[in-house]
Amino acid sequence: MNPSFSSPTTNLLDEALGIGRTGSVPWRIALVQDCVEASGAFLLHHLLKRSLSAEAAGAVVFLGLAQPFSHYDRVLRKMGCNLSLQRNKNKLHFIDLLDLEFLVAGGTDQNAIEDGFMNLYNRILRFIEANNLMHNNGGWIRIIIDDISLLEIAAQGSSSHTFDFLQYCATLTSELDCSLLILNHGDIYSSEEDQRLLSHLDYLSDVVIKAETLSTGIAVDVHGQLTIINKRALGELGWSSSKVYNFQFKLKENAVEFFYPGTKF
Amino acid sequence: MATAAGSPSCSPRTAAAAASSFSRTASSSMASHHVPSNPGVKIGPNGTAFVSSGIPDLDRILGGGFLLGSLVLVMEDADAPHHLLLLRNFMSQGVVLRQPVLFASPLGDPRAFLGTLPSPASPSKEQIKRTMAGGNDQQELEKGLRIAWQYKKYFGDQQSSSIHDRDAKQEFSNEFDLRKPLERRLVQYIETISLQDSPDIVVLRDRFSNFLSRLPRSDGDNLSASRIAIQSFCAPQCGFSERDWDMVAFIRFLKSMVRTSNMVAVVTFPTSYLQPSFLKRCQHLADTLLSVRAIPDEDKDLAKLLTGYQDMLGLLHVHKVAQMNTQVPTVLETSTFALKLLKRRSLVLERLNQAPVETSSGTSYSSSGSYFAKRLLDSGKKSTHHVATIILLRKGFGGHKLQNTPLWSLHLIPDEVDIR
Repeated sequence: MNPSFSSPTTNLLDEALGIGRTGSVPWRIALVQDCVEASGAFLLHHLLKRSLSAEAAGAVVFLGLAQPFSHYDRVLRKMGCNLSLQRNKNKLHFIDLLDLEFLVAGGTDQNAIEDGFMNLYNRILRFIEANNLMHNNGGWIRIIIDDISLLEIAAQGSSSHTFDFLQYCATLTSELDCSLLILNHGDIYSSEEDQRLLSHLDYLSDVVIKAETLSTGIAVDVHGQLTIINKRALGELGWSSSKVYNFQFKLKENAVEFFYPGTKF
Repeated sequence: MATAAGSPSCSPRTAAAAASSFSRTASSSMASHHVPSNPGVKIGPNGTAFVSSGIPDLDRILGGGFLLGSLVLVMEDADAPHHLLLLRNFMSQGVVLRQPVLFASPLGDPRAFLGTLPSPASPSKEQIKRTMAGGNDQQELEKGLRIAWQYKKYFGDQQSSSIHDRDAKQEFSNEFDLRKPLERRLVQYIETISLQDSPDIVVLRDRFSNFLSRLPRSDGDNLSASRIAIQSFCAPQCGFSERDWDMVAFIRFLKSMVRTSNMVAVVTFPTSYLQPSFLKRCQHLADTLLSVRAIPDEDKDLAKLLTGYQDMLGLLHVHKVAQMNTQVPTVLETSTFALKLLKRRSLVLERLNQAPVETSSGTSYSSSGSYFAKRLLDSGKKSTHHVATIILLRKGFGGHKLQNTPLWSLHLIPDEVDIR
């Protein structure tokens, strides 16, 4: 809760994602894929906390589709970050979309879906512009989407609208100093013929983080494993190569422990 | 057991049957000091609240009951209607506690199902004996733990508060007698919706919103709770069963409605009617995920391997336990339980136990163990966590019969082996 001391020792996740002390990241778009047995929401909590720490020079836009604000507030409070305070200071813009519906009475209406997405995008854009005005274009913005499969449901499965929205957000990352973090559920698409959203996300993202259970089953001490593929990492000779990290995690109320397999005591 | 004593970050919700005396005395002392203004709602950790599922064993397994504001999804088995047992107990519990209940069903006349709701059982002699026996077991266990002398003073508190607990527990959850139907005058308060009458999602949504708007507002700290039970949500009789996106959207609407008000929704799903990707979406949306599986009658091999096979109706598998306001998942000791009817009356959930095996017979344990593991894997297609079963053998001195051994699973983690 005390913002005056420096951020804790960097752990494996911060190293793998390249999160600096000021909370800045070298990538533009990161994708978190999880499954029913291993939820990836803790990664969003971790990144949210790092983005809102005292030395962080930026702001966060959080699209909360999966849980109400109170849930995130409580979870982050245990991790030492006060979301309500940050919201009041305008460092966090929480868009509560728990009951997001683009439906119009009488069924689906393509225009209603389009308008809905446009409104959403405009809200994000307005906050970014306001933030830039305040800080004279300094500081980065992080957009966190939890989670994108719910946007798809709200759009009644019309993938074109979801793609468009994604594309708009992606342009934000290149034009303004924004980074985008998206949570998606990988196991939904494993059996589907239409894997376009998944492959589109995969193509767009610089970093892909997969949260899975251990192949050997569930355990109390190890809740799962993470595989991080950092696509735009610079190799030693200066050319880009993919760097893959693999380690395990254990979730606690106030933090997450990351460790290499077999090194947990 | 050591972990519960040591780390402060260990949440009391890791449902372990052999919890240490610490967590139990802490919770029992809290229960005796805190007088709940609404007995049907129990306060849980992290600012959450529980309501009973109607099955005391299930409440215990899930760490207190169904979380208020959560969506419980039960995946049905096409071969057997055991999910109806869960629904019946859930609805009866709500009626007994005067909580508003909404029941939606694909039947033309849902009220017909209400005639099968069970009535609370009067505590019988066996029940009282069972709770006493349960208390003795715990004492045995504790003795086995060699607890230091200064903790023995807490046992006295435990015994005196256990009676108070039992009374308080009676208010929160009841045992139900499945042979006695619930009184008609109580049943009439249940609202019903027939899914056949709702041609599309928007109409259904309006009906549910209507129910929500008519709920009594909770005043002060008197938490009110209400229940929604939906049977066989995407069955073919529903008007919208062809429209997968609509159905998933409705589940999402239900979840957001339940989350923002004090409600619990239990939805059962015939899994064969949904495409796999939509089934996965619904599984992700669910807070608590259960599945019920039938056990074939007269399966001689299973009868040899499990005790109490004759009484077993089916298997209940817990895939996911709701975690609200926390990021720590609840890891259960075992996640597959046997559904049994005690004396044809009350529903209990029991751990699976392996039957004694004669040593004189030539069959090796490895083959029977692996066979059992295979059967479990077959019957639990999604239970990927049962990798192998190791049967702990305790041979009697010079005797040939083995005692009942609980089923343990072996989880292999690279570089360390975790036997649970």
